[in-house]
Amino acid sequence: MLESHSKVCLEIPSLEEVKEELVKNPDMQNISHRIKDVFYVLENFRERREGSRSRQEYVSILELDLCACYSYNSFLIQKLKNLFPLSELQEFLEANEVPRPVTIRTNALKTRRKLLAQSLINQGANVDVLNWSSVGLVAYSSGSVPLGATLEYLAGHYILQGASSFLPVVALGPKENEKILDMCAAPGGKSTHIAALMKNTGVLFSNDFNKDRTKALIGNFHRMGITNSVITSLDGRRFSKMMPHFFDRVLVDAPCSGTGIISKDEHVKMSKEERDMKRCSHLQKELILSAIDSVDAFSATGGYICYSTCSILTEENEEVIQYALNKRNVKLVSTNLTIGREGFVNFREKRFHQSMKETRRIYPHLNNMDGFFVAKLKKTSNDIPKLNKTDGKVEKNSVKKAEIQNNKNNNVKNTKNKKVGESKIKEKLKKNKKIKTKKFAELKNKKTNEKKKKIFHAKNKNS
Amino acid sequence: MKRLVYSLKSCLNSDNIKQLLVRSDGHYCFRFHKDRVYYVSEKLLVAASSIPFEGIVSVGTCFGKFTKTKKFHLHITALDFLAPYSPYKIIIKQSSENSFLYGNHVLKSGMASITDNTPKYQGGFGVAAKSTTECRVADPPTIVAFHQADIGEYIRKEDTLT
Repeated sequence: MLESHSKVCLEIPSLEEVKEELVKNPDMQNISHRIKDVFYVLENFRERREGSRSRQEYVSILELDLCACYSYNSFLIQKLKNLFPLSELQEFLEANEVPRPVTIRTNALKTRRKLLAQSLINQGANVDVLNWSSVGLVAYSSGSVPLGATLEYLAGHYILQGASSFLPVVALGPKENEKILDMCAAPGGKSTHIAALMKNTGVLFSNDFNKDRTKALIGNFHRMGITNSVITSLDGRRFSKMMPHFFDRVLVDAPCSGTGIISKDEHVKMSKEERDMKRCSHLQKELILSAIDSVDAFSATGGYICYSTCSILTEENEEVIQYALNKRNVKLVSTNLTIGREGFVNFREKRFHQSMKETRRIYPHLNNMDGFFVAKLKKTSNDIPKLNKTDGKVEKNSVKKAEIQNNKNNNVKNTKNKKVGESKIKEKLKKNKKIKTKKFAELKNKKTNEKKKKIFHAKNKNS
Repeated sequence: MKRLVYSLKSCLNSDNIKQLLVRSDGHYCFRFHKDRVYYVSEKLLVAASSIPFEGIVSVGTCFGKFTKTKKFHLHITALDFLAPYSPYKIIIKQSSENSFLYGNHVLKSGMASITDNTPKYQGGFGVAAKSTTECRVADPPTIVAFHQADIGEYIRKEDTLT
């Protein structure tokens, strides 16, 4: 019985037929049936495939059908297919069709969550607490007045904000009396959260490149009663030159392709191409370097950079972090988030740093939040390592020289320690030289051996 | 700056202005930037000094702006700082809260109470259309306070808020 059932499912038209059908008369029911069938075949390919049809054919049929069914372009479907195992891919696509729940963040400067929830419930709204955050509320329905226009909203007691936007701020962990920069701040959900955690002390720079979007930023800041902030409209890349080593913490919520928020913005499905990815990731790399350069590594309380995007593609996330790890003296540290999956260490042909596990990926189908990526970096030195022009990798010697300089800067008081540290490093350098000379000698030996062998062979041939 | 002080004086006395400027958490000051007046802590001002002038959109809290005819207009954003010191208050009934938030004047029927001895045309975020004694005898549909600003502007006038 089972076998006959499986054989019924196997009747899948060829790739050409599918292409033709999709162009001429796409039938949604037919397509979704076929998607199920192909998934079924691919689950146990060896036994369920038809004759000797290739896996590649099945997969391309699946791609075409998914594109048609969920109206994505083929570029994005391929990217997503690489990201998830097949069983998960459809869950993800389905999750993108459903809107995420509306979440509210209580403004801790003006009220408390309990009071706010009570007054909203009194107006007929249906709200519940978010159990992993102390300021979050989920709103299932609004009361007589929409949630964006209640008296509490106008008085600045809360802000409407996606649940995933809480995460980078929690990861950043702002403290009171610090100097913090939010590089891409509009419309101000995360920025006001930072200010609330700082309790209106210290200095908060909220920057957004787009001047029109800063208007929303200004409105939200004034409504929420935040007084410790400077709102600027500058290119984020200028901060490295303008305020080098000034900040204790920097949040980079980089502009991205938005593949995590497809449920919010359907436009993403069809509009993204390879070119957009490259442009995005290039800008992100520039921004993260600028952010790192504007942080003070020797800050007493901070020295952290938090990088987040609402994209789930590796090009905009792990690759950007890896780039930063290569180019600057930073290391990945734990984000202190309990939810989400670990970032990729291996992704297809790419190999990232082992510590990439510390980053977090949030998926809509797993966490019921917008897709998100969060990474937290700690700056270890203010020096910029010099680069080898030939292979782009950091020269080890230059890093050590930087270390020596750091030691000089740091241990002005403990001169004895400094001397010990320096001498140790000098010893290491000497050892390195010795190793190098050894290797060189070995290489020479090898070469001469090879030459001897050649001559030996030649002699043999002649004889 | 004189005009700013005059308009502040209409809702504050000089002692209160002093209290605004010298606070327990440091010195504060008023700064003029692109026709707007901002109320900033001096610490913040020092930090902001390294940013180019044209890049700054807002510093601290915006109190109001100077119009093209050089008159000073208070913005609703200053409410949190001025409300504790305001000498004259009109309290609105809950039923007519929404009407006021949509930008309407306050009617006698929507007024819960008014501070004693409020003079006529006393201004701040709104202007008293009638003095306290006149209010007592007014009919329900008469206007007792002219609308000038309300927190509904955070939604209605987000673009021109500051």
